Amino acid sequence: MKRLSALFVTLLTAAGLHAGEVQVAVAANFTAPMQQIAADFARDTGHKAVLSFGATGKFYAQIVNGAPFEVFLAADDTTPARLEKEGHAVPGSRFTYAVGKLVLWSAKADFVDAKGDVLKGGNFNKVSIANPKTAPYGAAAVETLKKLNLLDAVQPKFVQGENISQTLQFVHTGNADLGFVALSQVFKDGKLNGGSAWIVPGEFHEPIYQDAAILAKGKDNAAATALLAYLKGDKARAVIRSFGYDLR
Amino acid sequence: MLLTDSDLQAIWLTIRLAGITTLILLLIGTPIAWWLARSRAWWKGPVGAVVALPLVLPPSVLGFYLLLAMGPNGPFGQLTQSLGLGTLPFTFWGLVIASVFYSLPFMVQPLQNAFEGIGERPLEVAATLRASPVDTFFSVVLPLARPGFITAGILTFAHTVGEFGVVLMIGGNIPGVTRVASVQIYDHVEAMEYADAHRLAAVMLVFSFTVLLAMYTRRSPARKAA
Repeated sequence: MKRLSALFVTLLTAAGLHAGEVQVAVAANFTAPMQQIAADFARDTGHKAVLSFGATGKFYAQIVNGAPFEVFLAADDTTPARLEKEGHAVPGSRFTYAVGKLVLWSAKADFVDAKGDVLKGGNFNKVSIANPKTAPYGAAAVETLKKLNLLDAVQPKFVQGENISQTLQFVHTGNADLGFVALSQVFKDGKLNGGSAWIVPGEFHEPIYQDAAILAKGKDNAAATALLAYLKGDKARAVIRSFGYDLR
Repeated sequence: MLLTDSDLQAIWLTIRLAGITTLILLLIGTPIAWWLARSRAWWKGPVGAVVALPLVLPPSVLGFYLLLAMGPNGPFGQLTQSLGLGTLPFTFWGLVIASVFYSLPFMVQPLQNAFEGIGERPLEVAATLRASPVDTFFSVVLPLARPGFITAGILTFAHTVGEFGVVLMIGGNIPGVTRVASVQIYDHVEAMEYADAHRLAAVMLVFSFTVLLAMYTRRSPARKAA
């Protein structure tokens, strides 16, 4: 009996040590891979990652104003750097978990050609992009159009999503013929989910480095440290790659 | 106050949207409110409930339905396309239609209260004087319901100025077309331009307070008289 209760106590404390919880703010473009990674993470470590998805700029404002997030997976590298400088992120915890890829996507099959020449034809109603001022994928889209000398021609057809998810949703519902979104949103297991797409070559825009960091609120949370370590592991990296991201 | 050109553009757009919405709702809301105030039909209840729906529905529900309905595959979108108007999401008139739905109860309910407050007697008197129903409406009901019209107009205008969720869902944030003041503030916050956000937010705060103050100070003496 005594031994049994000792075992019970050991189990309880072991469970207490391992079953931590971590609040994670995740950039909207990383929604699908992160859901998969969080499920693997729970299975492999017993820790639970509670995920919130949204725009990086909005998360910044919330974190600075005391939001309970412990880990931040941003859509860029400047926001985590700024948070670290301002004392809201744990110094030295930052690293690039994914390099984003931009894609010109249409919900219609055969609408977008493999070189993106559809942009030159002008035969489309709207182009959905994320707000270039705040979203790295939006900025990369504008940069790409500039490089193609098409910005002035295409700009009047811009509609802006509040974040990259809404940008895709405008295209998905057919309200915009075309949209510049993250490849990860329309890509799974190494291939396109549907519609047609031009994967924008990397030389058209600055690389989209997406950085993660442990936030001040997660400094002493073992689950937060474990999650960042897990993101660097082979299993998570394979998932990230399967959604079309590059790795650094 | 140093508002940028794009802030001023957003404010002007907001005023235009709220003004047009208020005018349209005066035309649509008055007959609905009149009917709701006078009718004894059994479906008065359901109609009243539908009119009040935007008070309790999350803007995301309204935005979601409107985006699908007005989109190229939706029933309303197919109608506008067959009329050669294209589709309405991401356009100013799309926002006007959304705002008409969104602000409907703010027009209808004060008017309905005003019409109900008039009671039967003035109408009966007008009828014995052989005034036609139309004549009665314009020379008896309208003057008597004037405070109701003012309240309804102010509330509708102010509520449309304060619209955010629906615009965010169907607007597409296009400068000068669908980027209203509330969305512009949201953009400033997202871009971490807090000084700009503060300035525009202060304008909205002062505007909203002034409107409500005007309405409540107008109201109290009227209540004493009654």
